[in-house]
Amino acid sequence: MSAPAVEHAPAPTDSDNVLEVRDLTLRFGGLTSLDGVSLTQTRGEVLSVIGPNGAGKTSLFNCLTGVYTPQEGDVRFHPEAGVTKSVLGRKPYQVNHLGIARTFQNIRLFNALTSLENVKIGIESRQRTGPIGAMLHMPWNRREERESDAEAFRLLEFVGLGKRANEVSSSLPYGDQRRLEIARALGTRPQLLLLDEPAAGTNPAEKRQLEVLIRDIAGTGVSVLLIEHDMKLVMSVATDVVVLNFGQVIAAGTPQQIQRDPKVVEAYLGGGDDDAAPAAAKKAPAKRPPATKPKD
Amino acid sequence: MSNPTLERSETPGPGSRLPWHRNEDYRRIFSLLMVGLVVALMTGPSGNRDHPTDGITGSWFHPRVLVFLFAALVIGLLMTGYDRAKGAGRGNPLAPAIAPITAVRDRMTSQPLLRYGVYAAILAFAIFYPQTLSPFWQRVLVDQIGIYVLLALGLNIVVGLAGLLDLGYIAFFAIGSYTTAYFTGKLPVTPPFTLNPLEVVPIAILATLIAGVLLGGPTLRLRGDYLAIVTLGFGEIVRILAVNGDDFFGHNVTNGPRGAVGIPHPSVHAVGINYEWTLSSLPYYYLLLALVIVLLIAFNRLENSRVGRAWTAIREDEVAAAASGVPTVKYKLMAFAIGASTSGFAGVLYASKVGFISPDNYLLLFSILVVTMVIFGGMGSLPGVVLGAAVLQWLPQVLRGKVPPEDRYIYFGALLILMMIFRPQGLLPSRRRSRELKLSEEGIGGADSLGAAPGGAAS
Repeated sequence: MSAPAVEHAPAPTDSDNVLEVRDLTLRFGGLTSLDGVSLTQTRGEVLSVIGPNGAGKTSLFNCLTGVYTPQEGDVRFHPEAGVTKSVLGRKPYQVNHLGIARTFQNIRLFNALTSLENVKIGIESRQRTGPIGAMLHMPWNRREERESDAEAFRLLEFVGLGKRANEVSSSLPYGDQRRLEIARALGTRPQLLLLDEPAAGTNPAEKRQLEVLIRDIAGTGVSVLLIEHDMKLVMSVATDVVVLNFGQVIAAGTPQQIQRDPKVVEAYLGGGDDDAAPAAAKKAPAKRPPATKPKD
Repeated sequence: MSNPTLERSETPGPGSRLPWHRNEDYRRIFSLLMVGLVVALMTGPSGNRDHPTDGITGSWFHPRVLVFLFAALVIGLLMTGYDRAKGAGRGNPLAPAIAPITAVRDRMTSQPLLRYGVYAAILAFAIFYPQTLSPFWQRVLVDQIGIYVLLALGLNIVVGLAGLLDLGYIAFFAIGSYTTAYFTGKLPVTPPFTLNPLEVVPIAILATLIAGVLLGGPTLRLRGDYLAIVTLGFGEIVRILAVNGDDFFGHNVTNGPRGAVGIPHPSVHAVGINYEWTLSSLPYYYLLLALVIVLLIAFNRLENSRVGRAWTAIREDEVAAAASGVPTVKYKLMAFAIGASTSGFAGVLYASKVGFISPDNYLLLFSILVVTMVIFGGMGSLPGVVLGAAVLQWLPQVLRGKVPPEDRYIYFGALLILMMIFRPQGLLPSRRRSRELKLSEEGIGGADSLGAAPGGAAS
C-alpha cells in the first residue's frame, strides 16, 4: 500500500530542499520539549512526522511557524525563487508570508463566517487594498475582490467543498471543516504546508478523501509536512517519515524502512505487531511522562 | 449575564420534571418582578427634612408599587406566552404582525429597486421629519443624537468589527474638540494661524489618528479586559490633562475646568458658496445627516472588504488569523485609528455647534455610554448602532418633565438590564455577531471580551 507514495515522489536532490531544521532545541523552563531535532525536507515531497503523544511534534510545528522561539538551532526555508531565509525570529504572519502555511490540531476556523469567507481571508492576506481604497470602492479594490472570489471558489472546489461555499463554517461536518482549514491555508499560496493531524476525528471515508487530497496538494508542487497518528494514512502518502520520541529524532527514512526500524517499533508498541500501530499510538501517552502539552 | 443563557441551554424541553423554581418561565417572571420592584422603589417619593423616612415608607406602601409589579407581571406573561406559542411548533406568533417587514427585508437583498426604495423612504423621512419638530427636539437631534450617532459609528469599527473593547473612546472626542478650540484661537495659547472649524476637520482627524496610533501601538498587544483597562486609563489621562492644563509648567494651556468659550460656528467660503452655520440647529442637522450617510456607505463597504473580513478573523481567533497571514497588530491599529478619527470629527462638530467645551464633557461615563449604544443597538451592525445611539439619547429626553429629573436614568438602567437579559444581541444585530453569540452559548469558539464566551479562545 505504500508503493504509490514512492512513485509519487519527485527525484530528490540535495540542492533542492525546501526546509532545513538544524539542531532545534526548545525548552520550557527545565523541561526540554525538543532536543537537537534536525530534519530536511525535499521540495515537493510529503514528509511525515510521527511519534507518540507528547513527543514534541506540535512543538516542532510551533517553532516552524513562529509561535515558539527555540533556544538553539536554526530553521531555514528555501523559497522556490529567492533567497534562503531563517524562519526564527519572525512573527506567525511573517512566516506565513514567507510561504509556510499551517492547519491546527484542534480545528481553528472562523466559525461565524461562511466557508467562502474563511478561504478569502487566507487569500486576501496577500492583497494590497487598504481601508481607504475599500471605502471608496476603488477599481483595484473591485478587481482584487473578484480575484479573491474566483480563487476561493477554485480552492473550495479543489478540496471538494464547492457546494458548501455559502454555508457557515461551524455548521459543516467535521471532516469538511478539516478540509476547509486546508483550503484556507492553501489560499495563502504556500510552498510548504504544515498539516497538524488532519485525520484526527475523521471517519474512514473522510480519511480516504484526505489521502487523495494530500496527494493532489503535493501534485501541485506544494511540499507537505504532515503530523499524523493514523499510520495507514502516513504509510500511504508520505515520501519520507521522521520519528520523534521525547523530543529527539529516533529514526528517519522511507515508510518501509521506518516500519522495520526496531527503535520505532519499540517506541510505539513496546515490541508488538505492526497492525496494531494506530491503536498503540493512542495508548502510548498514558505510559509516558507528559513531556510537553503545547496548546496553540 | 452568562448564567441565564447557560441555564436556558441546559433546560430540557417541555414535559420534563423540573422543580417549579428552576423553571425558566417562573425565573423570568421573578426576575422581571424584581426589576419592577427596584424601579418602583427607586423612583418612589423621596423624603424631606420634616419626614425623613418618607423615602422608604412612602415607597413601600404606595399604590404605584403595585402598578410597577403589575406591569412586570404582564410583560412576563406575554413573553412566556410568546415562548410557549413558539415552542409549540406554530412558529413565531408575531409573524403575521411583522410579516410585511420581514417580507420587505428578505426581498431587499435580491431586489435592488426595492432596496433603493426603502433607502429613499428612510432618507426622505430623515430629511423632512425634523422640520416639523420643536426647536428643543431639533437641538436634541443634533447635540445629543447626531453627535452620538457619529461616535457610535466610529466605535462600532473598534468594538463591533475588530472586537477591541475601548473604554477611553471619548478621549478622541476631547482631542477633536480641543484641537478645534486651539485652532479657532479660543484657548489661552495662541495658535500660529486661526481657522474656521470646518478647516480644522482635517487637522483634528490627523491629530486623533496619531493619538489613536500612539495609544494603540504599545497597548494592542494586550487582549480583552487588559486592553479595556489601559484605554480606560488613557481616557482619564486626557481628561485630567485638560482639567490641570491651566497650570502646565506655569503656562495656562487648556484653561482648566473652565474650558474654552466662544468657539465660532463653521462656515463655508469657497467657489461661489458663502454659508455660515448659526445658532439654529437644523442646518447642523443636515450637515450631520450628510456625514452619517457618507460614513454609513464607507463603513458598509469597509465591513464587506478584505479589511472588514480581516477584522472579523482577528476578533474570532487571533492565532488562526495570524497563521493565515493577517498582520494582526497592523489591522488592530487600523481599526483604532479609523474609530479615533471619526470621534475626532464628531469632536470638531460638537465644539463648534455648542460653542463651549469643558473637561466635564469628556467623562468616563460618556465612553461607557457610547459602548452601551453599540452593544444596545447590535455590535457590528450599522443600522443597529445608529438606532441604538438614537434610542438611548432619546429616552432620557422624552422622560424629561414626565418623571422626576433624578429618576430619569433609573428607567434608562432598567431598559438596559431588560435588554441584556432578553435580547443580548442588540436591537438590530449583525448576522455574523448573532452567529458568534449563538456559538459561544453552545460553547464553540469564543469571540472576544464582548462575546461572553465561557472559557473562550485562550493564549
